[in-house]
Amino acid sequence: MKLRTLTLGLLSASTLAFAAHAESITIATVNNGDMVRMQKLTDDFTAKNPDIQLQWVTLEENVLRERVTTDIATKGGQYDVMTIGTYEVPIWAKQSWLLPLDKLGDDYDVKDIIPAIAGGLSVDGTLYAAPFYGESSFVMYRKDLMEKAGLTMPDAPTWDFIKQAADKMTDRANGVNGVCLRGKAGWGENMAFLTAMSNSFGARWFDENWKPQFDQPEWKNTLQFYVDLMKANGPEGASSNGFNENLALFQQGKCGMWIDATVAASFVSDPKNSTVADKVGYALAPDNGLGKRGNWLWAWSLAIPAGTQKADSAQKFVSWATSKAYAELVASKEGWANVPPGTRSSLYANPEYQKAAPFAKMTLDSINAADPTHPTVKPVPYVGVQFVAIPEFQGLGTTVGQLFSAALAGQTSVDDALKQAQDAATATMTEGGYIQ
Amino acid sequence: MARAVSTRHKTIATAAAWIVALLVFFPILYTIITSFKSEQEAIQGFNLFPSGTTESYIAVEAQNGYFKFFLNSVFLAVGSTILALLVAIPAAWSMAFSPGKWTKDILMWMLSTKMMPAVAVLFPIYLIFRDTGLLDSRIGLMIMLMLINLPIVVWMLYTYFREIPGEILEAARMDGASLWKEIVYVLTPMAVPGIASTMLLNIILAWNEAFWTIRLTTTEAAPLTAFISSFSSPQGLFWAKLSAASTLAIAPILIMGWFSQKQLVRGLTFGAVK
Repeated sequence: MKLRTLTLGLLSASTLAFAAHAESITIATVNNGDMVRMQKLTDDFTAKNPDIQLQWVTLEENVLRERVTTDIATKGGQYDVMTIGTYEVPIWAKQSWLLPLDKLGDDYDVKDIIPAIAGGLSVDGTLYAAPFYGESSFVMYRKDLMEKAGLTMPDAPTWDFIKQAADKMTDRANGVNGVCLRGKAGWGENMAFLTAMSNSFGARWFDENWKPQFDQPEWKNTLQFYVDLMKANGPEGASSNGFNENLALFQQGKCGMWIDATVAASFVSDPKNSTVADKVGYALAPDNGLGKRGNWLWAWSLAIPAGTQKADSAQKFVSWATSKAYAELVASKEGWANVPPGTRSSLYANPEYQKAAPFAKMTLDSINAADPTHPTVKPVPYVGVQFVAIPEFQGLGTTVGQLFSAALAGQTSVDDALKQAQDAATATMTEGGYIQ
Repeated sequence: MARAVSTRHKTIATAAAWIVALLVFFPILYTIITSFKSEQEAIQGFNLFPSGTTESYIAVEAQNGYFKFFLNSVFLAVGSTILALLVAIPAAWSMAFSPGKWTKDILMWMLSTKMMPAVAVLFPIYLIFRDTGLLDSRIGLMIMLMLINLPIVVWMLYTYFREIPGEILEAARMDGASLWKEIVYVLTPMAVPGIASTMLLNIILAWNEAFWTIRLTTTEAAPLTAFISSFSSPQGLFWAKLSAASTLAIAPILIMGWFSQKQLVRGLTFGAVK
């Protein structure tokens, strides 16, 4: 009896001692399928690391961006791990707001991260965020409608082909729009698409001296082509459509082609949600033969703010969530098709993944076709394919996005929109001290 | 004839009231309807007849857990309201029954703080909260909610108190009532409808406050506003789940409003007709 009491006492004491030592880390994230799945699988992490507890904060994307920026700028210390994108990483790393990820473990295999993605998350060769999932953009098209139009989609189409195909596929009487593209204003909405598209037209946001370039013919060609294409073949109210709106249209069979994030492939090919799941083909984003394609590069990544008191535990978590072992864990529980895409070369070499995800090769080719350090035909002083990695870009990108969205809606002309964009960009860059 | 016109007017007025009420309530009704649709149904355009699936509710509860956020909302709404009344009743009393030279100016100044956009003071407030260790604390957020709603509470109570004849308070004083007794036993019982409606309105305002409650919390103190915001998705369909989260978040306050509407209307029209 005494022994049992003693044993129970010791057990209670050790439990209390353990509870006192368990460290809790707070992870800020966005609500998308892969992140939600990660939250469900964290038992695996806590079983391997019983001294670390995880607390999740899920927020809307723009609120998350604002909250983590506030917290990191004031060193509030509310988060130990934060989900950020390729736009924030170079800016925040240069401000010394992020910790370098140098303790990810011996078996982490950093070299397995796809080079284009690793390049976008590194500053001076040091990794400041680990990619959780990566994406580029490509063309998703209806094979049946393409066949009906008497055309064959090449693996690497030109913009002229896209226009020709859109013209033939459009059948508004039956609710089919030849092409669906983003029109909703925002630096991460229509400007992500238009900036990537402009790269393939030879345009750039700024020249080497940070002088805005919206008054150049390349931008006029980009915007005019986009507006004309959408007026002739786009859905009604396209200036309000972002990723989710176009996803819904494509899944309902109302788009012949959709050029958007590679991550959409898993949605449009899912027979549970998509009425066209078995009819979707994939191709690289279009080009104009100038050496750059109109595809972007983005990675939702896990980074550790410099203000955290729990850097070691945070780094353990980041290592777990972005490791090869995590991919295998997801595959064993939910199938290979649900593994977060676009981060590791080994995933694309895996025959089981290739079988489960028919869009795998095209996704990898698209990611490899994007170069965030040399995004444009002409030289530029910035990094970023569909954005310019300077703090001013969020505000400026959204202002220009509103002007271009108005041009699409017919509220203003292409020339007026470009002129106003040039004026807005010149004012911002002068105020920011880029232009003397 | 006159009677016929009056009946017709009454019918028209009733119909107009119903139409306006339906228009005002329709967004909430449609949110509730959408919450019983699948994600595919939710995006397929306008449809008033859902398939009745509860998959969104199950997904919402499994993903984030409702009750922790709910309890925080109750604590913050009720706590900040009690705190606001404790401060506002004496303040409104003094302004209504013992006005000074600057009373009107003070009232206007208090109201003017509501005209400033909240984001303008985000950084100073965030730094104060950080330095005092109040980030993600229920007490800190309760004080914050009390402060932002205080001008409205003081104004409402001031308006109600002004309707109470000062002679009654004078009579109480002549009978030997102290200031405390005057407020507790004479003024407060007379102003119960006003205080009750102020309280209810303040609970609704605190419950729905979404700027500070999202920005000053992370995990411990996060109320239902943070719960709703976590279901918006950058990539993927989420309308049905967001509607389910919104329905769960507004249900308690909607039910409370339903049961207390008599009190609320009585309080809001208090003193409107002399």
